[in-house]
Amino acid sequence: MMSGMQIQNISMRFDLPNGSHVQALLDVTLDLKQGELMSVLGPSGCGKTTLLNIVAGFLAPTEGQIMLNGHQVLGPDAERGMVFQQGALFEWMSVRDNVSFGPRMAGKKAADWAENVDHLLDVVGLQDFKEKMVYELSGGMQQRVALARCLANDPDVILMDEPLGALDALTREKMQGLVLKLWKETGKTIILITHSVEEALLLGERLLVMAPRPGRIHKEYRLPFADLGVGKDLREVKTHPEFGPRREEILSMIWDMEEEIMGRTEENA
Amino acid sequence: MGQIIAELSGELVTLFISILSALPAIIGYVAVILLFMLIVKVIRQRMQPAHDYTSLKTVTFGDESTVVSDKAASIISVILIFVIWGAFTGTSWLPRLMHAPGPFLGEASFTYTVEAEDGTRDDATVKLVVHEAGNVPEGLEVAPGDGTAKDDVLAVQAYRSKLLRWDANDEVTRKDGAKVVAIDGRAIDRDTDVDTGFARVALTDKGTLNIEPGKGWQMENIWLPAPDSVWSRLISVSRDGYQNVTLAEHLSYSLFRVIVGFILGALVGIPMGYAMGLSNWFRGWFDPIVEFMRPVPPLALIPLVIIWAGIGEQGKIILIFLAALWIMAIAARSGVSGVAISKVHAAYSLGASKGQIMRHVIVPNSLPEIFTGARVAMGVCWGTVVAAELVAAEKGVGKMIVAASKFQDTDIVLMGIILIGIIGFGIDVLMRMGERWLVPWKGRV
Repeated sequence: MMSGMQIQNISMRFDLPNGSHVQALLDVTLDLKQGELMSVLGPSGCGKTTLLNIVAGFLAPTEGQIMLNGHQVLGPDAERGMVFQQGALFEWMSVRDNVSFGPRMAGKKAADWAENVDHLLDVVGLQDFKEKMVYELSGGMQQRVALARCLANDPDVILMDEPLGALDALTREKMQGLVLKLWKETGKTIILITHSVEEALLLGERLLVMAPRPGRIHKEYRLPFADLGVGKDLREVKTHPEFGPRREEILSMIWDMEEEIMGRTEENA
Repeated sequence: MGQIIAELSGELVTLFISILSALPAIIGYVAVILLFMLIVKVIRQRMQPAHDYTSLKTVTFGDESTVVSDKAASIISVILIFVIWGAFTGTSWLPRLMHAPGPFLGEASFTYTVEAEDGTRDDATVKLVVHEAGNVPEGLEVAPGDGTAKDDVLAVQAYRSKLLRWDANDEVTRKDGAKVVAIDGRAIDRDTDVDTGFARVALTDKGTLNIEPGKGWQMENIWLPAPDSVWSRLISVSRDGYQNVTLAEHLSYSLFRVIVGFILGALVGIPMGYAMGLSNWFRGWFDPIVEFMRPVPPLALIPLVIIWAGIGEQGKIILIFLAALWIMAIAARSGVSGVAISKVHAAYSLGASKGQIMRHVIVPNSLPEIFTGARVAMGVCWGTVVAAELVAAEKGVGKMIVAASKFQDTDIVLMGIILIGIIGFGIDVLMRMGERWLVPWKGRV
């Protein structure tokens, strides 16, 4: 049986009401090994969220397929966990009920999941808040609940759609450290979409830069920073001699793409 | 078309005149409230000022969060309504000093001057006895006195008027060409009435006198009963019932119809709304029906429901059911559409089945909307049941007030209206309590 995830020649094209069509993705092919951490960057409209939704099984690609551990992805499933930008938590449940949602839905007895859920609440530092309702927590805490909820279900792949985008800078940095720590401890395959170049550099063994119109892979990097950052102060990693040049390189790459889009829009207008 | 416009314009003018005539009363009422506002303000300035966070805000005009219902204003508002009500009905709950001038009651007399055809004049005295309703004095008699015009006696009920055939016992009569030319020495004719201070005397076309005792400023009991008589009616009706039906029975029947109809409406409407929110086919199926029926007021269905189901319980419950159905269906539908797609996606990614997503995500997420809809529906149902009972019912609080109105038992009508208001308010309070208990996250997401 093949392990890991193969994204094979994914294209996504849909019609608009006015008769034209959008090529959201064009021939995207990727091969992810089990336990890899990949961040995805790109200007808006490059199809990165569409790609994530296809991997999650929320959208069907018009061409190509996704294989996970030897079988084709056809819809959402517990093997692929998702963390959203806004927690997407269930307000009508306590923190603990949110985190244990997956095991409970699978029909597991409390005795089977209670220990793991408690452990995860410890890891994300919410042990004291487990009986609280989620609307009583701050944004950063809610995002930690979302992480714990995803991990409690023990998925093979974790998909993160700008999970830290709505947090303030300080909380964000702490959460980045937490994501790295959880990645190393659990050995999950993680795909993380972000808008922040720094975050993509810090949280990606592999960094995928996508280009828009049609959405496609522009360039891929293999980076040492994620491994360096595990258990360390991430500000130290940013002082790494390679970090600054890489950041500038990717930033100007994305800037060029944005300018190209602007130019094309002006031509059309 | 032109005629309709002319008629409607006439109505508009009449309405405008009524509003204008009520204007002094409205201005007076507002002035009293403003006066109290000033008094309370002065009193508060002498008291220790509050020091909570809100009271330290300097921008209050335009900041809705600083606007809270002033308890003092609410208390004054309620008390003032009762005081005005009491003052203009002469209630025993208020000292006489606070009563508006009442109608003239008791005995008084005035003289009328008769001029015979030959120009001779004679005076006679009319003794007027104004009595309260149902308290007719008996054995009224006066000595006729001397002269051609003889003295009369007349009993009139307060707020009513009476014709005086002054020549019934006189030696010169209208047939002889005699006529009344003065009242209390003041000239009277067809166009000039005389106010004697306690009554208004007018000359009719036939030459008789129309006596209208002074009404004062108070409202007659059958127009507006005093609060104490409403209260004593409440006690007597709740003890003895009205027209052989107890008050508890009237109220229970109304509540029974509302609750059963509402529950049936919710039981059908909520699944219908969910189906509309979850399936294209169901939305397409129900949309035309719901969108058409929603703007039809339930009251407009009363005649049809009576034709179809008669005036029994079934008809009324069908009506309440229909009143609740569309509101609940629309509430449930918007509850489903209000579910953030990320929550549904998250639940699927956590391995939940469709049934589990329904139970653990869609239903709880739609509860706030459903509660809002239920509150609206309950209000509409309560109004509809009362209206339906006004039209046709044997028991129920609406039936009670319409029956009472036919016998001019205005105190029962008023009591019924107050009870309807209190119960409607009570229902809403209960729904809000249920909402806080079941949907504590409402408005906090």
